[in-house]
Amino acid sequence: MDEHSINDILFEDVNLTYDGDDGSLVAVHDLSFEVAAGESVAFIGPSGCGKSTTLHMVAGLLKPSEGRVLVGGVPVDQPRRGTAFIPQDLGLFPWKTVLQNAALGLTIRKVPESEARTRATEALEKVGLSGFERAYPKELSGGMRQRLALARALAMDADILLMDEPLSAIDALLRESLQDTLLDLWLERRHTQMLVTHSIGEAVYLGRRILVFSERPGTVVAVIDNPDVGMAGYRASAEFSAKCQEVRIALANGSSVETQGGDPTDSGAEVVR
Amino acid sequence: MNRPPSMIRRIIGYVFAVVFIIAGWWITALLVNSPALPTPAATVGVLAQNAPTLVPYFWTSAYRVIVSLVIGTALAVPIAHVFARSRTLDALFAPVLYLLYPIPKVVLLPILLVLLGLADAPKIALISLTVFFQVLVAVRDSVKIVPESAVLSIRSLGGSRWDEYRHVVIPATMPAVFTSLRIGVGTAIAVLFIAEAMAGSTGLGYFIMQSWSMVNYPRMFAGIIALALLGVVLYAIFDIIERRLTRWRS
Ligand SMILES: Nc1ncnc2c1ncn2[C@@H]1O[C@H](COP(=O)(O)OP(=O)(O)OP(=O)(O)O)[C@@H](O)[C@H]1O
Ligand SMILES: [Mg+2]
Repeated sequence: MDEHSINDILFEDVNLTYDGDDGSLVAVHDLSFEVAAGESVAFIGPSGCGKSTTLHMVAGLLKPSEGRVLVGGVPVDQPRRGTAFIPQDLGLFPWKTVLQNAALGLTIRKVPESEARTRATEALEKVGLSGFERAYPKELSGGMRQRLALARALAMDADILLMDEPLSAIDALLRESLQDTLLDLWLERRHTQMLVTHSIGEAVYLGRRILVFSERPGTVVAVIDNPDVGMAGYRASAEFSAKCQEVRIALANGSSVETQGGDPTDSGAEVVR
Repeated sequence: MNRPPSMIRRIIGYVFAVVFIIAGWWITALLVNSPALPTPAATVGVLAQNAPTLVPYFWTSAYRVIVSLVIGTALAVPIAHVFARSRTLDALFAPVLYLLYPIPKVVLLPILLVLLGLADAPKIALISLTVFFQVLVAVRDSVKIVPESAVLSIRSLGGSRWDEYRHVVIPATMPAVFTSLRIGVGTAIAVLFIAEAMAGSTGLGYFIMQSWSMVNYPRMFAGIIALALLGVVLYAIFDIIERRLTRWRS
């Protein structure tokens, strides 16, 4: 066979052009990078630079206009069973109960109802939503909704988890606790993870590597290794602050955008404008 | 949790409404003092007396509205979805819809009478047409607010087109169908009345106008009550379905 693990991700010279009513728009350009099996990579870059587009290609929702996107060495030409995708805005179903939302991935994949129910219930327990099975998303807080989206992904027992700004709608304090949840899950399960975020602190806290995108057409302008991810007390450490600073500089160089927020230890509050 | 109290409050609300309406009716009837508007007490007797003749007319009318509601909806829903799916078709037909929607379809009655005769067909066609436009416009607008990220979820799970419909499009748009039907019931009954009053010799519309020309006011009033009842019952049914479908919103 070849050297690919079943759940690594490889972009080879990828271009993606949207053809709209008013001309075409190059969203990402010359995009090449690799995410190793079991690695957690954070993607950060200015708004509209093609981060969601990049995730959509991995999820099998979009095909590259040029180049190749490979998962486990195979070009992605349709959604893959082992890939769980949490879209920007979470993609919850307001008319389904919490349990039905959590089980949806399994329902669509025709897992028998009772098994789907059991696995969804377990996933809800894992994210701390037990007791809310019969509630509707509207009755949940923002953080709980985020947990629900995560539970749906967990119930599928995926080996690749794609998340598009999953915590962007959540206030700073709760955000840190959810970041801990994400980190713990990754440390425990070691799935391949791609996390798109606007927050420098979040990228540094969760990304074993951080890929910095340029402005549109997006391409990788910096790759920052972040080996200390998962270290106890990382968020409060000097290494963490230094890493945030490094990302901030890379962002500023790469896209000549302004970054806001002064304190580099402020994990998750500062946002790329 | 707080279900029992809110339930009781609702029942109290309805009881109050009924008392209010009956009181208003009673006072008006006393003031008007005409056989055309009997008091609620007198109406009970009038209804009992006319029920045997009334019932077949009632069923004819009920049959016509219900069949029309079904036909109008069955045609409008798929067409609305096609419009919403295809930008070209939508662009093409949006102006057509814009021009046709505000036309009161009831003015087409004479044409339908010429084309379809005097029996059920022209009435059903006319009411169906009215319902069709109301449902079409409501559903077409509702398809546009289908949550995009929910569709993405389904697709990323490898779901089929049918899954998209089953899990997203249908639940997102069904409430609009029943809202438009609920709101449309009043118009549908009004159109039914006019159509039956103008042509043919069946249905409550005919019954009412025939009683009127016979100067049999109690009989006429019994017909009016029956037609009102038909409207209220249909309205309540659609309201209940709509509430069930939108429990997740409250
Ligand atoms: N379906 C589409 N059709 C046409 N253009 C699109 C489409 N989706 C995205 N774009 C455009 O492609 C570019 C990249 O979009 P994308 O959503 O990938 O950016 P992003 O980095 O995720 O931005 P954000 O941080 O705001 O979420 C944007 O300019 C966007 O307007
Ligand atoms: Mg995005």
